[in-house]
Amino acid sequence: MATIVEPTIFELSSPGRLGVTMPASDVPEVALPPKDLLRSELPLPELAEVDVVRHYTKLSKFNYSVDDGFYPLGSCTMKYNPKINEDTCRLPGYLFTHPLQPVETVQGNLALMFELQDWLKEISGFAGVTLQPAAGAHGEFTGVLMMAAYHKLRGDTKRTKMLIPDAAHGTNPASVGMLGYSVVTIPSDSRGNVDLKALEAACDGTVVGMMLTNPNTLGMFDENIEKVIALVHKCGGLMYGDGANLNALLGIVRPGDLGFDVMHFNLHKTFSVPHGGGGPGSGPVGVSQHLVDFLPSPLVGIIEEGDDDTAPLYGFISPKNSIGRMKAFHGHFGGGLVRAYTYIAMHGPDGLKAISQYAVLNANYLQARLRDTYHIPYDRICMHEFVMEGQFAGSDIRALDIAKRLMDYKFHPPTNYFPLIVHEALMIEPTETENKDTLDRFADALIKIAEEAKTQPDLVKNAPSTTPFGRMDEVKAARELVLCCWLPENYEEMV
Amino acid sequence: MTYIPISPKERDAMLKTVGVKSLDDLFEAIPAKHRFPKLDLPPALTEMEAAAHLADMASSNENVREHLISFLGAGAYHHYVPSVVDHMLRRGEFFTAYTPYQPEISQGTLQAIFEYQSLMTNLTGMEVSNASHYDGATATAEAVNLAFAQFRGKRKKVVMSPTVHPQYREVIRTYSQGMGIEEAGDNSNVDLEAGPESLMALVDEQTMLVVVQYPDFFGRIYDYTKLIDDAHAKGALVCIVANPTALLMLKTPASMGADIVVGEAQPFGIPLWYGGPYLGFFTTKKSYVHKMAGRLIGETVDARGQRSYVLTLTAREQHIKRERATSNICTNQGLLALCASVYMSTLGKTGLQQVANLCYQKAHYAASELSKIDGFGLCFSEPFFHEFVLCCPKPASEVNQYLLDNGILGGYDLGKDYPSLANYLLVAVTEMNSKDEIDTLVEILKEME
Repeated sequence: MATIVEPTIFELSSPGRLGVTMPASDVPEVALPPKDLLRSELPLPELAEVDVVRHYTKLSKFNYSVDDGFYPLGSCTMKYNPKINEDTCRLPGYLFTHPLQPVETVQGNLALMFELQDWLKEISGFAGVTLQPAAGAHGEFTGVLMMAAYHKLRGDTKRTKMLIPDAAHGTNPASVGMLGYSVVTIPSDSRGNVDLKALEAACDGTVVGMMLTNPNTLGMFDENIEKVIALVHKCGGLMYGDGANLNALLGIVRPGDLGFDVMHFNLHKTFSVPHGGGGPGSGPVGVSQHLVDFLPSPLVGIIEEGDDDTAPLYGFISPKNSIGRMKAFHGHFGGGLVRAYTYIAMHGPDGLKAISQYAVLNANYLQARLRDTYHIPYDRICMHEFVMEGQFAGSDIRALDIAKRLMDYKFHPPTNYFPLIVHEALMIEPTETENKDTLDRFADALIKIAEEAKTQPDLVKNAPSTTPFGRMDEVKAARELVLCCWLPENYEEMV
Repeated sequence: MTYIPISPKERDAMLKTVGVKSLDDLFEAIPAKHRFPKLDLPPALTEMEAAAHLADMASSNENVREHLISFLGAGAYHHYVPSVVDHMLRRGEFFTAYTPYQPEISQGTLQAIFEYQSLMTNLTGMEVSNASHYDGATATAEAVNLAFAQFRGKRKKVVMSPTVHPQYREVIRTYSQGMGIEEAGDNSNVDLEAGPESLMALVDEQTMLVVVQYPDFFGRIYDYTKLIDDAHAKGALVCIVANPTALLMLKTPASMGADIVVGEAQPFGIPLWYGGPYLGFFTTKKSYVHKMAGRLIGETVDARGQRSYVLTLTAREQHIKRERATSNICTNQGLLALCASVYMSTLGKTGLQQVANLCYQKAHYAASELSKIDGFGLCFSEPFFHEFVLCCPKPASEVNQYLLDNGILGGYDLGKDYPSLANYLLVAVTEMNSKDEIDTLVEILKEME
């Protein structure tokens, strides 16, 4: 039997224990629906409030988070999440407004959304923005649907291929798959740029467009970006920008100015919306002028112009050739849009530029400190992240081992085994919210681990040893598929 | 202000290590003519100014706690949230962590989501729950994707009841436009008298999925057992979109034979928040687990023999399967799944049953009193839970405007989605509505001209 470190809430349950209870009914009692419409039992836990608080507090301590320390997870932009955002997003005016309230009663919400649409347009250089998508992948799907709708309206039905670089995020091809398009993989060249010859060869009248992350997942800004975009445009394709790496570009360059046609933002990366242990995210999408009419419906717009004395009346508008609705209601308003709005408002243009400057400085500083110890296959000035190989000649220590050993040094590991084009990849994104001391301690730890790999390889292979849990048996999880638990009294009948 | 913890002196030392003279020198790969655009944005606010500015904007809304008495539901419900919920959610260890890719240092998130999966399977009676979707609408769209994958594209028809939430049906339409899916069931001329079995007229050997809502969008409770049996006889799967609060009282969708049960778990501790973020739940039978999208947590042991949890069956997902993945989903609504779990645990079985009973009792009191007003009546005789349709003597839009003028957020105007139902108002009542509020609604409507 495995040792139980913390029982589940089902195991903690004791019949008859009460937590928060509700007031007595203040209306005359009526009969319940007929018995055959009622459930016979409700097999849910029974706990006191203190049981619940201790349980979740204990669980929280098993987590490593940005509030605990350095979290250089490449491609994820694990920056500090300002605490003021937690207060602004919980203002009663936001918490207690219903999504279907008449627009006259929620002008504060709509003004915030309208302004945020404008700010994101200004930051990215796009002509239109939808705030509806719930996450980056959802934004990507939105973008690809718009690209499809654009070609379809023009009667251009031969286009079924999407060009995607080999360094792309897995969500890119998966989004394309959701539309039944095929994927053509474009290799990277020796400097980490899109291979122009391969791109040129793939560009023809069947191309829907290209999905490009820039800076790419190697952390490199494509040095030929204007040529890449020109080639795709020349064959009638559209250029999709994966905004996962926008933290490198604020006030540095606007994707819309470079010629991108559509791009999703990750408000949970670039604009400090916390990651929440895996969501909720928020993935607004920006588009150039010729795609504005395809944006999801509805958008926030001005439905009655204001003047010197009266504010405009904000409401919802529906783009002419809209692809439709991506989710119920209006996007991740409270948890996403309010936090991002607060963050942008507090930074202003200079603050935003500083974010990217320091994100890039921190990445380059770490790269410089680690260059002599770890092989960096694409070694030039990087943007906000870089990728190095987690392996050493003559040693069987792998990137995974290095990642796990870093936990013993009280760091969250970098992203590993991505991008796929680097062997034993360790992808490091420090973000701008780390100080030099932290970066130095992290670099020192990695240098020390390289030494341990030679002198004490078992220590590295068996890491972590100082965390509350050790390495997991993932095969067992997938083979046995125990995906839920039950109340102890129901256990036998359910298993 | 910024959150950059680097002094000018440290910056200069770092630049020196990198081998460049200035921050701007780091950006030479950027085309010069587009480098360093001047952004036309308002100047930075300090924290004090931002807090005041946001509070000012928020206070220009009329909210349902301080300004308006609300009877508006239609997919988002105002419920009481125990204090514990936000206290747990505000723990930085939870909300500032990433997706639990490193299980050794993410057991908090992993066990919490495993427990969430367990709460949802016990609630719906289904065998498997994933770690959640963006919202109820996208969870329903993922049910269509599951069915599409199950039949490998050989069946392409989805039969949707016209009494599935209109926005959910819109989302399914958006999602499925690349898959050649045919949809049956529309609301342009909805037959209010037709029971759920009438949908069978549309179900044939091409049908992959039948989608119904429980209680339906008009609040009616149907036992879908017969419909499900009949649909199964044609080889189709059935998805029930369920309200989780109603499930605390009503017969489980699993006991009716549903293949997939999805819905919006916002009522479980998540604020109205002007529509999001919410929590789409997705449960199904174990036999469909490989076709299901989304994250999944499974139990295992660690190298020290301790029970622990990991992300499992990841081979279904985008980072492995790429264009052949079941979905492009990366995130779930992790923090909100935690929210629902803490909500359910804190109220517990007894508190949750009290919530359900209060919703039911108060809604029935409201329905009974409202239907006594001259010119008003209940549209249906079917059992309902906490939402019902009130037939009004004039368009619901006018009734709502009149109510708003009197500080009441009326119900949902069904004429917005169903042109033939302009005089029909969908009214929701929860434990948050006191008898006084209901009486006020009745009194004000009595005085309507």
